[in-house]
Amino acid sequence: MTEARPSSLLKSQRFRQAREDDWRRLEQLMDKAEKGSAAKLTDAEILAVPVLYRSTLSALSVARETSLDQGLIDYLETLAARAYFFVYGSRATLQDRLASFFRHDWPRTVRSLWRETLVSAGLMLLGAVVAGWLVMHEPEWFYAFVPSDLGGGRDPAASTAALRATLDGADDANGLSVFAAFLFTHNAQVALLAFALGFALCLPTALLVLYNGATLGAFFALFASRGLGVELGGWLLIHGVTELFAVVLAGAAGLHIGWSVAFPGQMRRLDAAVEAGRTAGTVMGGVVVMLLLAGLLEGFGRQLITHTGARYAVAATTAVLWGLYFYAIRRETPHVR
Amino acid sequence: MSAEPIRSSPTERAFITPEGVDLRLNIGDAGQRAAAFMLDAAIIVAVLAAFSLIIFFTGVGAVGAAGRAGAEMMAVIWLVVFFLLRNFYFTAFELSAAAATPGKRFMGLRVASRDGGRLRAESVFARNAMRELEVFLPLSVLFARAGEGGVDSWMYLLAFVWAGIFVFFPLFNKDRLRLGDLVGGTWVVRTPRRKLTRDMADDGASRLTVYDFTPAQIDAYGAKELHVLESVLRQGDRKTKRAVADRIATKIGWTRDPLQSDSDFLSAYYAALRGRLEEKLLMGVRRRDKHDV
Repeated sequence: MTEARPSSLLKSQRFRQAREDDWRRLEQLMDKAEKGSAAKLTDAEILAVPVLYRSTLSALSVARETSLDQGLIDYLETLAARAYFFVYGSRATLQDRLASFFRHDWPRTVRSLWRETLVSAGLMLLGAVVAGWLVMHEPEWFYAFVPSDLGGGRDPAASTAALRATLDGADDANGLSVFAAFLFTHNAQVALLAFALGFALCLPTALLVLYNGATLGAFFALFASRGLGVELGGWLLIHGVTELFAVVLAGAAGLHIGWSVAFPGQMRRLDAAVEAGRTAGTVMGGVVVMLLLAGLLEGFGRQLITHTGARYAVAATTAVLWGLYFYAIRRETPHVR
Repeated sequence: MSAEPIRSSPTERAFITPEGVDLRLNIGDAGQRAAAFMLDAAIIVAVLAAFSLIIFFTGVGAVGAAGRAGAEMMAVIWLVVFFLLRNFYFTAFELSAAAATPGKRFMGLRVASRDGGRLRAESVFARNAMRELEVFLPLSVLFARAGEGGVDSWMYLLAFVWAGIFVFFPLFNKDRLRLGDLVGGTWVVRTPRRKLTRDMADDGASRLTVYDFTPAQIDAYGAKELHVLESVLRQGDRKTKRAVADRIATKIGWTRDPLQSDSDFLSAYYAALRGRLEEKLLMGVRRRDKHDV
């Protein structure tokens, strides 16, 4: 640096020289924080950040009004932005956020969507009943509702013995668990789609949920016509309670978005979409976990538990657990986000 | 006169902090977003490939030990891992303190809440659940067979157009919002790192005694020309400096001593011009460019 007499320096140069050390310190702290997490900073450093941030921010305001050093202003802008995201960003760890999510946010949001949940469940039931009724009367309808890769050889052409064999689980060696995992990922994507499609004003979501119900109804009618209805119930419900509930919730989340976009009320349409998107997003975060649990039940539980009674017991237990988790009255603990 | 300086960057957006200062963030443009996504996709594919190899080698052992059931178990694990990567990769990284996936971080991007508040978990969930519609659905449409003519082909075409709308949605709005950003209330902004560069007036201020410009000579330019001069000095390209020095000397009628180098002359003029303009700025007069009197 050239040794200039202080008087020959511009005001903006003196302004910069007086504050430069603070900025560099803040920059250093940000580098440190961005590399790892906030945990790497000591207590003293964490306390220093907001102070340095505010002084940098005010320096930025002053520099914009009084200095024409473009390099300096650009630097202060990026530094202030980085510090802003640190100061106002979430410092909660991923674990804290997950804990608060499962303890409060998710059940509360699911409860708040009870209307959409009822509609979504009703749609699925409607699809199941209509498809079941149609297949009962004319088995050819089965092919209209069940895509061939999902059926896995379970169709009206199969013999009763073959159908029974598909329900048993343990003794079949023809890749059923792979099939189950495939089904699971398939269902998970159906659920995500039901949510994502809600954006298009509810209709595609409603159709998808109806169709999902129809597939179920067709299966059920096929097996019931061979006197295997009870066994199929166990086979489906052991994981189906969790999975179907997840699909219903995903449908409800989609409907919620679609409805808010179509009828935003007092809000602007975009704001309504954002608000509904946050609610629905919370629901979806949990739905994916539900689907994972359902997949585990399907892949392992169903292969290990082959007794129909036991399968129903597991199904009933999961139903009670989910019901209590979401809808039981609980003490509202105030929590800080 | 003292209106906001015009910054002609098309990606700049007002972003007011709770302290009331506009941070003037730049949003990530379509190219950066696409590049970040490609990087992330490459990482996912690479992890999946590596995992497949591991599964394959340990899977071979398991088949020997447990026969068919072992192989099936491997396939199940593979499917579940694929599911986890597909659905949680983006969410988990964007929930972290950096609010960016490795791809975004590499491109200097991060996810931020559009309203200036803090980025909430549900926003991240929503913006990534919509990815299903924007990425994976179009992909599956792409790989679906177009059928053998007739109605199927038309349905395929319709689905393709429909999916295309979502894929190219960010190109049709000025903030480059994905559908997921729209629903989540987020946007993707640039947070580059910048080092504090040298003050270009440091060199020139001491030379002002040698170069005594008259007020009329200093008043020839405004802030815009000052910034151009600043970047010329920063880059330090000899030819450019020569050309710029010649133009300025001609314009202000400065007879140049052959002993004075271009750099000396330019930095001295820079310091003088900046001092003059900043003096006016303190009085509330911002001279935008040489035409602004």
